[in-house]
Amino acid sequence: MSNRNIILDKIKKNKPEFIALSEFNGFDNQQKSIDLLIETLKTIKTETTVGNNITPIQDKINLLKKEGNVVLNLLDELNADEKEALILKTAADLASLDYAFIRGQIAVAENGAIWLSDKNTINRLVPFICKHLILVIEEKNIVADMHEAYASININEDGYGVFISGPSKTADIEQSLVIGAHGPLSLNVFILQF
Amino acid sequence: MNTTAQKHATNAATYIADEQRTNWHDETLWFVRHKRDLAATKVPEWEALRNTASNIKEHTLSNLDLYLAEFEKNALQNGIIVHWAPDAAAHNQIVHSIIKEAGIKQIVKSKSMLTEECHLNEYLIQNGIEVVDTDLGERIVQFRKEIPSHIVLPAIHLKKEDVSDTFHQHLGTEKDNNDPQYLTSAARVHLRNKFIESSLAITGVNFAIAETGGFVVCTNEGNADMGTHSANIHIACMGIEKIIPQQKHLGVFTRLLARSATGQAITTYTSHFHRPQKNKAIHVVIVDNGRSTQLGRKDFRNSLKCIRCGACSNTCPVFRRSGGHSYHIAVAGPIGSILAPNIDMKRYADLPFASSLCGSCSNVCPVKIDIHDQLWKWRQELMKQGYSNWYKKLMMQSMAFVLSKPKLYRFTGKTARIFLRTVPFLFQSKSLNPWYKNREFPAAPKQSFTEWYKQNKK
Repeated sequence: MSNRNIILDKIKKNKPEFIALSEFNGFDNQQKSIDLLIETLKTIKTETTVGNNITPIQDKINLLKKEGNVVLNLLDELNADEKEALILKTAADLASLDYAFIRGQIAVAENGAIWLSDKNTINRLVPFICKHLILVIEEKNIVADMHEAYASININEDGYGVFISGPSKTADIEQSLVIGAHGPLSLNVFILQF
Repeated sequence: MNTTAQKHATNAATYIADEQRTNWHDETLWFVRHKRDLAATKVPEWEALRNTASNIKEHTLSNLDLYLAEFEKNALQNGIIVHWAPDAAAHNQIVHSIIKEAGIKQIVKSKSMLTEECHLNEYLIQNGIEVVDTDLGERIVQFRKEIPSHIVLPAIHLKKEDVSDTFHQHLGTEKDNNDPQYLTSAARVHLRNKFIESSLAITGVNFAIAETGGFVVCTNEGNADMGTHSANIHIACMGIEKIIPQQKHLGVFTRLLARSATGQAITTYTSHFHRPQKNKAIHVVIVDNGRSTQLGRKDFRNSLKCIRCGACSNTCPVFRRSGGHSYHIAVAGPIGSILAPNIDMKRYADLPFASSLCGSCSNVCPVKIDIHDQLWKWRQELMKQGYSNWYKKLMMQSMAFVLSKPKLYRFTGKTARIFLRTVPFLFQSKSLNPWYKNREFPAAPKQSFTEWYKQNKK
């Protein structure tokens, strides 16, 4: 018998009597204001900028480039950098990346988590390997909590998707919080109000 | 039998010899527990969430074979390669064969308690593979040739001076520079190179979703993502109990996990893997290793609901004051103490006794495992199976004998009181009476309560 069937047979033999799954569809007592999101992001060391058009981001990208930074712009509304070649880039290719600008699909007010997937990152390494990450979201895509978040996305629509909340961090040395473990050293969120 | 039964107590005695360090450990974990409380009380529906999580897990366990099959079917459709391992040896062999086939010599690994349980690192190293743990805490203990002392905070038993020494020795950092920021950035540079060099990454799995055939990995550091996205091959190792039925159930567990673990509202990264990137591969190894046996133990199967948040360790008065290494197993603390005897009753017979049965673990458990009840039930089971030390057994038998005979009880009580007054040193000897080690003996009364009552009743 295959390992698979050995395991499944033993489970079948040993599992308890069927227990029904209770009906569950989240809680509806949540608030999803932009203020709550900004406040939450602040607690996880993330700065927020609110604007009603995308021009400030374009200005920022131009400035960073002028200063000599390696910048990757993946925002379609700002003539995103070439995507075809990006897919096959390796960690060594991307190691020098200073700034990455990526679109986030939804943002969760209760914990500051922002959802992005393959269609946004093109190469899965980008939001992790860059030194500084800038995520752009729209106010209308703010949801209250994780229940609402999972109700509004399909986790398998793309091959990979991630909720990012804040810059990478660790407290593994004496519980002292250090920002910038393996991923970005900083996260900035730009909220577009239309 | 009796040598293993003493292990936790003996190890703990060594650990607490450093009083300052013990106090620091105790206070630090209590602080983490406090952060958990703050996070939990901020969510008005917290108790409803716990009940829901518990129901989802209980339902899943009662239907586990079908959910695993559903997960496999969908994962295969997603282009994920699925392997099945009945035990730790099979798991290690499968992982090694994938590495060997790809002709790889160096791999990176993010945190996975399952691979610790299976002793994967030792196995791969014996087979000539360089294994680099990439979680900061795990890298620290790996350099020191130790095992993690806590399932979420692997290096919580160490002080920054220890880390500084270790990094000075292995990474050439400045001697006596104890600044966590400095040490962390040294590790960042060191591990960044390892990520770039390695073409195979191993991760654990926090949740596997039957409905979609994908899985979720949670980290704060971003090491699982740095490793897997840099590599061409990703191997994800999961216990059979990691399955949840549907995508929407992730909402429940992602809200509970980090709040219970560290008091964060969610981990920095919650990564969902469904299909490999172009020209790359994802393998999932589904491991039983005793879990299906535990599923058959009515009193103990609930332990399989565990989502490895570590809240029970942070709150446990015994864990906080004895350190994770005293438990001599990868998954330490209260939850480890109810999982371990299932794997090896003889070897881990001491662990269910390393508890005050105060019940705090059960109160903080996000999936409502009756941890302290199970600790108590394991004690009975272990006594029944003969895995207790001879003097505990002798003591219990004598107690039962004396307590069942009132005259003998009164006589023994009187004798004991005389002895306690006349030769107290016999009871105060730490070798004859281990109970006395960290306690004061009260003065023995002249009379028993019964005698006092007879005298004083009107």
